[in-house]
Amino acid sequence: MEFANNKKRTGMINITVNNQLMTLDVDEQMPLLYAIRDELKLTGTKFGCGKGLCGACTVHVDGQAMRSCITPMSFAKNKQITTIEGLGNDDNHPVQIAWREYKVPQCGYCQAGQIMNASAMLKNVPSPTDDDIDNHMQGNICRCGTYKRIKQAIHHAADLQSGKKLAGNK
Amino acid sequence: MKLDMDKYFAPEIQDNHHSPINSIENVSRRKFLKQLGIGAGAFVLATTLPGFNAVIAKEMSGSVAAEKAQHALNFFVSLNPDGSTAIVCHRSEMGQGIRTSVPQMIADEMEADWSRVYVVQGKADKRYGRQGTAGSTSIRMQYKQMRRIGAAARHMLEQAAADIWQVPKSQVTAENHEVIHKSSGTRLSFGELAAAAAKLEPPKDEQLVLKQPKDFKLIGKEVKLFDHDNIVAGKATYAQDIQLPNMLIASIQRPPVIGGKVKSFDASEAMKVKGVVKVIQLKDRPLPTHIKPISGIAVLATNTWAAHEGKNRLKIEWDHGEHAVHETTSYSKTLKAQVNKQGQAAREKGKVYEHKYDPSQTLEATYTMPYQNHSPMETPSATAWVRGSGDNLECTVWAGVQNPQWAQGMVAQELGLPREQAEKVELNQTLMGGAFGRKSKADYVIEAVELSNQMQQPVKVVWTREDDMRHGFYHSSSANYMKAELTDDKSADFWIQRVAYPPIGWTFDATADRPSNGDLSVGFGDTPFQLNNMSLETQTIDTHLRIGWVRSVACLNNSFALGSFVDELAVKAELSTRDMWFNLLGQDRNVDPKADGGFEYSNYNLGLDTHPIDTKRIKNCIDTVCNEANVYENTASDEGWGIGFLRSFGSYVAAATKVRVKDNKVEVLEMHTAIDCGVAVTPDRVKSQMEGAMVFGLSIVLMGEISAKDGAVVQSNFHDAPVTRMHQSPPMYVHIIESDAAPGGVGEPGVPPIIPSITNAIYHASGKRIRDLPVNKTLSV
Repeated sequence: MEFANNKKRTGMINITVNNQLMTLDVDEQMPLLYAIRDELKLTGTKFGCGKGLCGACTVHVDGQAMRSCITPMSFAKNKQITTIEGLGNDDNHPVQIAWREYKVPQCGYCQAGQIMNASAMLKNVPSPTDDDIDNHMQGNICRCGTYKRIKQAIHHAADLQSGKKLAGNK
Repeated sequence: MKLDMDKYFAPEIQDNHHSPINSIENVSRRKFLKQLGIGAGAFVLATTLPGFNAVIAKEMSGSVAAEKAQHALNFFVSLNPDGSTAIVCHRSEMGQGIRTSVPQMIADEMEADWSRVYVVQGKADKRYGRQGTAGSTSIRMQYKQMRRIGAAARHMLEQAAADIWQVPKSQVTAENHEVIHKSSGTRLSFGELAAAAAKLEPPKDEQLVLKQPKDFKLIGKEVKLFDHDNIVAGKATYAQDIQLPNMLIASIQRPPVIGGKVKSFDASEAMKVKGVVKVIQLKDRPLPTHIKPISGIAVLATNTWAAHEGKNRLKIEWDHGEHAVHETTSYSKTLKAQVNKQGQAAREKGKVYEHKYDPSQTLEATYTMPYQNHSPMETPSATAWVRGSGDNLECTVWAGVQNPQWAQGMVAQELGLPREQAEKVELNQTLMGGAFGRKSKADYVIEAVELSNQMQQPVKVVWTREDDMRHGFYHSSSANYMKAELTDDKSADFWIQRVAYPPIGWTFDATADRPSNGDLSVGFGDTPFQLNNMSLETQTIDTHLRIGWVRSVACLNNSFALGSFVDELAVKAELSTRDMWFNLLGQDRNVDPKADGGFEYSNYNLGLDTHPIDTKRIKNCIDTVCNEANVYENTASDEGWGIGFLRSFGSYVAAATKVRVKDNKVEVLEMHTAIDCGVAVTPDRVKSQMEGAMVFGLSIVLMGEISAKDGAVVQSNFHDAPVTRMHQSPPMYVHIIESDAAPGGVGEPGVPPIIPSITNAIYHASGKRIRDLPVNKTLSV
């Protein structure tokens, strides 16, 4: 059994993604995640649960970490969005450097979300304790179990950011 | 009936033990070049390396593809004139680091400079030999074969230099990406030699010389890992990231109960969603499901959200079928009742049933574990593009699958291609966002092929998390029964083990009702204790859900039972758990479960000569973790240590966990793992796998549970099927035991010992014995 859909798409939404203004013809209810992945083809941001439970889809909206899978375009419109692709100059945000130095990823699928959440946290809490990290990062699931290294890398990124340590000196 | 797990696991596994093929055969040039993506102005000869189904290419023709290098030395290794070296990884990456380890083994024997090596992912192709990435097999089964590939490349580079200098090959040696004439010190780089080397005959097996371990420069050393730069930049490609022009996204509503069928459906609301293009009823599929799809209604749309929204608006009436009776609370009771009856012995010795047991010295216990789901962070997804039909049929697939050739064969079957034409299906392997066994099943790939075949345009199937939780291939719900009598010297000599669970075999054969010998070879029939009387038995049970391989498979429940029971015996004997293990293990020796009790033990398809059950290594592993963790320390009264051990997949792993139990809440404080996996090829990835195994084990023990009601899985997402989060993940330490022994597995053996280490720690902290998992049924976590 088959049906055909002849409905036309309507409506234009402006968002700024990684400093580029984009105009998208999508439903206002569409979660930001799908606009980023399917319309803008920025696939670094991942789908994990669709319910804001796992954090794989985390992006920055006006500088704050948000779950793009439950953020409708009606909320995101006219806002500044940063995805993993736009986080660091040449992918060298201190969090990205620290992630490489501690060899954090296993399968790597959740790591963009982890990095986006960690980098947003460090803006608000520049020198986090272990408890701070637990509190801020517990919304991000890593099924491979890289939590130990994520924690180490966040401490290291904090040191890099504050100038306490230089890249390459773990 | 007997079922061999491997038979179902991977069809090509049966080719694994074929006799060496030494012949050189012609390979279709165009096909070969398409696969390799290589080389100008050349012809192709292929041969298999002795004992390994690998192709050694000679001359090439056609244009140079970007991803591979210009001059192929063999099917795995090709070089460019600038010296950059492409090495194929034919195995599937799911986070274990195999895309580093395979090139590492080849490059070391080849004397390649790691900084000039790049990895190329192999497509599904039987000429690579086994690609099935499961059972922690990549290194333990192919360590020598991969090294031979590198040694063959080295041989050809050395020969090319010797020919140029007109000296015997014995006067030259490869070193760090150059070949050196030993007496004069004259050098030619690999890049300079590549074209000449690629024209040479491949060496014969007897000409290959493998390095001594002391000469390794990459194996066992810290190397830069492939893929991390891309992952951290958001540039790595997973199956869900495939984007093709004119591609549709499909979201599928599948029958809630296995074997269920669509009675009727109404798609009118779904069609109103902006972006939805079509709704298709998938064809009915019979039981047993095999690794094929289970039918349902697919909503195809121009974007993922529209596909999912459309699916949510479908109105479907189901015929749930016979398995709607399944209900896990009563099922678990049935499992328990079954193992409390004498079963069918797989291994037996002496007279456990004639013996009169002293009740004061005898312990009986039954342990249960519910179904577990893989829940990889990337839900199943695949893209297929089928063009044409009949003789003109073409099919390209992009997917992350653990067994590319199995998936390729199943796709060919779906399209009606004869088995020998399976290679008409081009299967491109992406990274997998986690797999844990889920992605060894190609159901989601076949769904994409079925839909694309109808649409004649690219279709990407994307599973929601709810789909993943409710339509998995679960780790069996299980019951293990243990009975033993303590002897005067605080050991045991009468020992009964029983196990019942719905077997993986049922997924392929509806008559399977008990574990096969293959199943029992994973942590059940290989109990390494020195016993004169034992009976290791199975019981039957009906199956109502698809069962599949989940990381560590039946080692999960078997290790829970064995590790818990040894701890319970230790408590009864007033010994440390370590001492109880040592007493039961007895003398230092190699255990042969066939000779000692008649068990048809498969030893993970390894030889007992290369991979023995060595009680001395078991003891060393247990002592290492006990000493490193200092489990003998005096703890606070509400704290305690627990240990666990299991040898599995050819490796020895012991775990120690410290917990605090306060106000009926468990807090895990510290975890240690010691692993003896023989040679550790990529030590950092052994370490990371052990760290991950501790977290995976925590999930199973503390909260892991899939349940069923009216035949359907109850859980739906991470709120009701939680997994370990960062705040539940304690400081953890890994201790790799140095060894020159043949490499064992790494991905799977880390998890089993974790399980009893946690529940034993809970006992020693609180006096509460957990025999029914997960812990959150009894204590808060």
